[in-house]
Amino acid sequence: MGIGLSAQGVNMNRLPGWDKHSYGYHGDDGHSFCSSGTGQPYGPTFTTGDVIGCCVNLINNTCFYTKNGHSLGIAFTDLPPNLYPTVGLQTPGEVVDANFGQHPFVFDIEDYMREWRTKIQAQIDRFPIGDREGEWQTMIQKMVSSYLVHHGYCATAEAFARSTDQTVLEELASIKNRQRIQKLVLAGRMGEAIETTQQLYPSLLERNPNLLFALKVRQFIEMVNGTDSEVRCLGGHSPKSQDSYPVSPRSFSSPSMSPSHGMNIHNLATGKGSSTHFSGFESSCSNGVISNKAHQSYCHSKHTTTSLNVPELNNINVSRSQQVNSYSSNDVDMETDHYSNGVAETSSNGFLNGSSKHDHEMEECDTEMEVDSSQLRRQLCGGSQAAIERMIHFGRELQAMSEQLRRECGKNTANKKMLKDAFSLLAYSDPWSSPVGNQLDPIQREPVCSVLNSAILETHNLPKQPPLALAMGQASQCLGLMARSGIGSCAFATVEDYLH
Amino acid sequence: MASCVLEAPLRMSVLSEVTASSRHYVDRLFDLDPQKVLQGVMLLYLLQQETSSTELRTECAVVLGSLAMGTENNVKSLLDCHIIPALLQGLLSPDLKFIEACLRCLRTIFISPVTPEDLLYTDATVISHLMALLSRSRYTQEYICQIFSHCCKGPDHQTILFNHGAVQNIAHLLVSTSYKVRMQALKCFSVLAFENPQVSMTLVNVSVDGELLPQIFVKMLQRDKPIEMQLTSAKCLTSMCRAGAIRTDDSCIVLKTLPCLVRMCSKERLLEERVEGAETLAYLIETDVELQRIASITDHLIVMLADYFKYPSSVSAITDIKRLDHDLKHAHELRQAAFKLYASLGANDEDIRKKIIETENMMDRIVNGLSESSIKVRLAAVRCLHSLSRSVQQLRTSFQDHAVWKPLMKVLQNAPNEMLVVASSTLCNLLLEFSPSKEPILESGAIELLCSLTQSENLALRVNGIWALMNMAFQAEQKIKSDILRGLSTEQLFQLLSDSDVNVLMKTLGLLRNLLSTRPHIDHIMSTHGKQIMQAVTLILEGEHNIEVKEQTLCILANIADGTTAKELIMTNDDILQKIKYYMSHSNAKLQLAAMFCISNLIWNEEEGSQERQDKLRDIGIVDILHKLSQSSDPNLCDKAKTALQQYLA
Repeated sequence: MGIGLSAQGVNMNRLPGWDKHSYGYHGDDGHSFCSSGTGQPYGPTFTTGDVIGCCVNLINNTCFYTKNGHSLGIAFTDLPPNLYPTVGLQTPGEVVDANFGQHPFVFDIEDYMREWRTKIQAQIDRFPIGDREGEWQTMIQKMVSSYLVHHGYCATAEAFARSTDQTVLEELASIKNRQRIQKLVLAGRMGEAIETTQQLYPSLLERNPNLLFALKVRQFIEMVNGTDSEVRCLGGHSPKSQDSYPVSPRSFSSPSMSPSHGMNIHNLATGKGSSTHFSGFESSCSNGVISNKAHQSYCHSKHTTTSLNVPELNNINVSRSQQVNSYSSNDVDMETDHYSNGVAETSSNGFLNGSSKHDHEMEECDTEMEVDSSQLRRQLCGGSQAAIERMIHFGRELQAMSEQLRRECGKNTANKKMLKDAFSLLAYSDPWSSPVGNQLDPIQREPVCSVLNSAILETHNLPKQPPLALAMGQASQCLGLMARSGIGSCAFATVEDYLH
Repeated sequence: MASCVLEAPLRMSVLSEVTASSRHYVDRLFDLDPQKVLQGVMLLYLLQQETSSTELRTECAVVLGSLAMGTENNVKSLLDCHIIPALLQGLLSPDLKFIEACLRCLRTIFISPVTPEDLLYTDATVISHLMALLSRSRYTQEYICQIFSHCCKGPDHQTILFNHGAVQNIAHLLVSTSYKVRMQALKCFSVLAFENPQVSMTLVNVSVDGELLPQIFVKMLQRDKPIEMQLTSAKCLTSMCRAGAIRTDDSCIVLKTLPCLVRMCSKERLLEERVEGAETLAYLIETDVELQRIASITDHLIVMLADYFKYPSSVSAITDIKRLDHDLKHAHELRQAAFKLYASLGANDEDIRKKIIETENMMDRIVNGLSESSIKVRLAAVRCLHSLSRSVQQLRTSFQDHAVWKPLMKVLQNAPNEMLVVASSTLCNLLLEFSPSKEPILESGAIELLCSLTQSENLALRVNGIWALMNMAFQAEQKIKSDILRGLSTEQLFQLLSDSDVNVLMKTLGLLRNLLSTRPHIDHIMSTHGKQIMQAVTLILEGEHNIEVKEQTLCILANIADGTTAKELIMTNDDILQKIKYYMSHSNAKLQLAAMFCISNLIWNEEEGSQERQDKLRDIGIVDILHKLSQSSDPNLCDKAKTALQQYLA
């Protein structure tokens, strides 16, 4: 009996190891056969009742065998990729039980993997950095500082810059402005956010009608939610009331994101599994191996998930910023059409004025405030009839704006879907628990906030993404690429491990 | 004076910073200049002043600790100033910071090779006080464990610490949150349990947070743990296994400890780790053939060990002087560790021995090892040779090809006892009759050497000496036998026959029996030493000895009875004849049978004078006994008696 590995197309009528691209350990003489008819003394002989394990290490491309749980030492080095587990039987009546991990292995594979995980992590930790003194540190400090500035933590950024002897690239006032806008968005006060943006960066939204549209759709959603300044005032809330949404750093692993990328990973993992063989340790160690492709796919999910986790998430960020990008590249076309922008502006001015008009009614609603301030009882637009009317009116304006955009810039499926989803909220008596209810989740403000922030930064010729996020994205992409190229060490490295 | 004390704290703290970083300054403090030595004495004085503030005394302890980190001379000077009692006194203080500083300094002093460990045990109250301090802080835990593990040398120290509750006090530190504390506690257990069955048997039942110590040790063996931790916990488990506290077929030994120790032997490990790993593994598998078999197939261990002989490598010599120095330092240690492990691996299994000898240049390495300057390597090489010499096949082949007897005989000259024991054991095997080395060994003066061993104070040496002579005499030619008798001298022979050790006695009787075989040899030896031998035989048959000894003695008599002229020595000795008669009716069948052999040889028909002997034996009542024995239920005895009776009929 011979136990080993073969590439695709190797003659199945001969013991593994005898032919080119096949490798085997034979029970009768205990020799190892490395693509050759003559074996090398390797280990003990094996016979009925023995449990033989075969483990391929995809990090250093070696293979070792185990007998009854005892490692016999390296048998083959420099193995090629894409090998299938193979068992060759020569004697009539021979029987083999194969275990691909459905039962616990006799050999402690977990312990072996622990060792390699620490090895890889030590390799990362000890990676040689910058030859010139202080260069590395300065770079790291710049990354941290730019991240703080990007997300508008001006006090922290200032303190950090002071203690590390750096200059902040952006003016403090500018950071504060962005921070103000972000706070408004994250608090769901979209109307105020749009207004403030237009005041501080007059041409920004003019040049980005799609961004403006996105902001307004969000504003509509916040109206349904009862959080937008206009309806809050109608519903009896003070427009100046404290933000209910705590401003948090734009975390790149925010929990709200996980459902979507989790699903992607699953698809990717299974897709990958069928195309590659032996993508991780899990699949490669088996006691008594039999060529069986079906077994291999499930083994991939573990390490593919970990390695693709972040790239997926990053894709979302990238694609969103690209959206913004592509619209801004349309600027040339749009500048011929100042009029349309003007309309958009007036319309928003219109309801801004409206809101100021409603300010008087604030006092009248004071009595209802106690009741409505509790968000526990979720009611459309905070339960105020006036607010609902305002919301419906705003919806019509939004519809008009959408149509106008389509006329001027052509069809835009993303915009169309965005609007449709937002309007769908009205189709349910309780929008919050409806299938489209997740739009109302405060966490959905984050992408909008991020896109607006990036757009503002771009007008200052600052990167739309902080270098730290970029580096992380690159690292994740790199891990994904390693996985696709069959470089095994990526199984033991994830970006998350270093985000503490 | 007053102003000096007031100012002192400030200066002290400055000094402690300086000393830690500047060796130069530390060394200068211990200059030959008495003025400067005085500074150390001053510090000690201040430390001991009850009137000094605790801060000042703490600073003093810190500075003294820094001084102790300097050269060995620093530590010697501090010891001369009686620093240990002063620091131990400090441990009685209520101030934790001061205690920690004293412990830290004590730790530094005790881990120095110039400090005698016994200083820790001079006052019995010290150990119990240290045990009590174990609960104070993670620093006291770390330092005290480190002191214990460095000062625990041999069974006496182990017992003292054990009796002071070391196991219970230290066990919970194995799960401390501080790595240093865990590691030092683990080291404590490895030295406490080393070759100590009492501690080992206790450890196996101790549990911490509901987990038994063996399980905790197994967790510390995991492959992602630091190597130091893996190795030390493997040592603990090894001690427990050898003490019988853990079975050798327990999975924590077979699937965890053993593979871990094999990994410690791999090329990836540091030289120190490889030495320790191999030595520990050799100890673990020494007496268990199943563990030897598993180790022999694990990770190509036998081939891996061959690498231990390649230091300093030719590469290191050229490229890197520093590395060469490092390699040279460990080369001896590596070789002796490898020899030890090979010795354990090949102790019982013939296939493993074959695999070892087939390893590249193995026999040459052993032969070279036998003549190395380092006694440790020589000893280990002899052990290895001894283990391999148990193979009949190897004795006939590779041992002969490499003339291993030559360096072995050389090792036996003027060697210390420890070496002699193993070397003479090996010689015993080389002198077995089928061994082709037998002849050349005889020619190189082995008889004299072995005879001198039989006079040793050391019991093992006496046994090996006489054993080797016994092997040598087996089916040997007349000359060798005479040489042995002459070399040994009759007085020495008698000395050995009255040896208090039954093993020596048995082997001596065995030698006599081998000497007295084949008729011409019997007659010749009995003609020269007959009187003494008969005396000795009488003495033993009369003495208080076990059945085996008596049986062996009766067999000697039977051999004598087989001689032609030697027979008369028995026939003329009425005393002996009565003894033979007595043993024919003994309750033990073995002795009866042996006595029957004597009678058969005496009454055998075809020989000259058989008629007279038969008559004489009939007269003393032997025939009556033979008739009785011919009815015996024992078929052997019955047959033998019937054949004897037939001699009378013919």
